[in-house]
Amino acid sequence: MIVVDDIHMHFGGIRAVDGASITIEKGSITGLIGPNGAGKTTLFNVIAGNYKPTSGHVYLDGEEITGLKPHELFQRGLLRTFQIAHEFHSLTVRDNLMMVPAGQSGESLMDTWLRPSKVREEEERIRAKADEVIEFLEIPQVADELAGNLSGGQKKLLELGRTMMVDAKIVFLDEVGAGVNRTLLGTIGDAIRRLQQERGYTFCMIEHDMDFIGKLCDPVIVMAEGHVLAEGKAEEIMRNEQVIEAYLGTGLKNRPGKSAANPDGAAPSESNTGEQAS
Amino acid sequence: MEDILNAFVLLSNFVLIPALAYGSQLALGALGVTLVYGILRFSNFAHGEIMSFGAMSAILVMWGFQASGVSIAPLPTVLLALPFGILATIAMLLIVDRSVFRYYRKKRAAPVILLIASAGVMFFLNGLVRFIIGPDDQRVVDGERFIIRVREFKQMTGLDQGLALKTSQGISVLAAIVCVGLLFWFLNHTRSGKSMRAYSDNEDLALLSGVNPDRVVLYAWILAGSLAAIAGTLYGLDKSYKPFTFLQLLLPIFAAAIVGGIGSPIGATVGGFVIAFSEVTVTYAYKRFLAYMVPDSWAPEGLAQLLSTDYKFAVSFMILVIVLIVRPTGIFSGKTL
Ligand SMILES: Nc1ncnc2c1ncn2[C@@H]1O[C@H](COP(=O)(O)OP(=O)(O)OP(=O)(O)O)[C@@H](O)[C@H]1O
Ligand SMILES: [Mg+2]
Repeated sequence: MIVVDDIHMHFGGIRAVDGASITIEKGSITGLIGPNGAGKTTLFNVIAGNYKPTSGHVYLDGEEITGLKPHELFQRGLLRTFQIAHEFHSLTVRDNLMMVPAGQSGESLMDTWLRPSKVREEEERIRAKADEVIEFLEIPQVADELAGNLSGGQKKLLELGRTMMVDAKIVFLDEVGAGVNRTLLGTIGDAIRRLQQERGYTFCMIEHDMDFIGKLCDPVIVMAEGHVLAEGKAEEIMRNEQVIEAYLGTGLKNRPGKSAANPDGAAPSESNTGEQAS
Repeated sequence: MEDILNAFVLLSNFVLIPALAYGSQLALGALGVTLVYGILRFSNFAHGEIMSFGAMSAILVMWGFQASGVSIAPLPTVLLALPFGILATIAMLLIVDRSVFRYYRKKRAAPVILLIASAGVMFFLNGLVRFIIGPDDQRVVDGERFIIRVREFKQMTGLDQGLALKTSQGISVLAAIVCVGLLFWFLNHTRSGKSMRAYSDNEDLALLSGVNPDRVVLYAWILAGSLAAIAGTLYGLDKSYKPFTFLQLLLPIFAAAIVGGIGSPIGATVGGFVIAFSEVTVTYAYKRFLAYMVPDSWAPEGLAQLLSTDYKFAVSFMILVIVLIVRPTGIFSGKTL
């Protein structure tokens, strides 16, 4: 579905992404892991159109999408969340969600004046949708709160909620789980699974929590220093010598399959354990 | 008792009413500055001249009406011409945006570059206006000049102290209430308004959800142009129209926007009145007020004026400096529509 072909993204002397090639199969939940600064977010930024790559190509369903604008990709059903949550801080949570669907007729002044009933109908529909998402994310108590006042975890949920407002084809999740409590993390995992199975979404998710990755993702891609280090099933990855060396840390060697986030003295400093504590 | 009433009437006549009218004009001006800042993200130094251009256009059309005998007496004819002034201002702004600001926007130039460009636009418009209408004072007011006259007021109340309410003052306050109400309704309750606020909050995210930046910028200029033309015309109606004064008006307008928190419409509105009331109260001579309030023997010899009216613009400056030191984000912590 998505083919990333030899992407390079350089910032001056920094080679944030240095020849990464990955393929995301339709209907999969592909995990993307790797140490901090491996270039994961940068690769997302290139795919989602936020950066124009120094070189390389990105294809969506066989069509080249390199260098398209984020909103053009958004309209093609390619959605992404941000590692550092973005929000419209002076709008309520509900309004934040309601901003998502593009091309609403109320955005044109002409329609607002000339076809108020059509605009109102559309707005009602989107409002109902937003309420559904709010219900799903279990945040009805802050529905009318300004998004700027949300907690870090709630902002993450809002990020996820945004992707549920429209029919997406493929969603790129950048650490949606970071800072979200355990119970809710489970709910989010279920939601992702359900969206994939019932609505045919494809996901690509960056996550540091190996438990979460192990349960959801197949395949898992490991990045380090701007390129792909390994790819395969979660269990294989966790046993891969190179990956353990670069990312998971030696503490896991004896106990394959266990969470990298387990406190273990030798556990890798890269996994942002602190952020995931509930 | 009557002395207190007289003192109150005196204060209303020379402080309260003028400050309310002036505050309304400043608020309308500052709202335009704040909208442009929130959406286009630069301080538009040309705003004073945009007001001037709007007022000039309205006056030109007004002359046309007067010459052909069209009148809406007792209301001033310029009100009838105002919609044309607004349209002319919007058209001019869109041309300026296309030829100047858009270039820098596409280049994603730093705000300070846009600010300097706007200073260029300011000088250009200033020249253009003086070229078209000349540098002289123009009388704008016609029709019924007063809502309440001093003599009528005295007869009505039987007080010694008279009070006058000029038509222009009544219209200024009324226009400010209507415009501010409409603007807030637009920003808070329509999809287009919410898109503008969203764009102002987080440009990247707004772009991602398909908010059309060109449209948002267009709306910002339409709103800023309308508000500027209205503010400029009302100011001209209240005092008189002189191209030169709008350069000076820029300071209290920016002070109003910054005091309230630049980017915040509520802030701009409140800021306008804060600046207007400060200017008027600080430069008012309290001699006669005190004469009413204290026993004769205590009455001051001098004017009891804190600052000569020549220094009224210094007041905005002082407030600006104080706010920037004490609370740099302004009363309503700016940068959000
Ligand atoms: N806009 C930029 N300008 C300069 N350098 C950048 C920019 N964006 C990213 N980098 C650099 O590129 C490298 C990769 O960053 P990136 O954000 O992609 O890492 P990541 O894999 O997402 O890490 P994390 O797990 O911490 O989120 C880092 O060294 C970073 O400093
Ligand atoms: Mg990252």
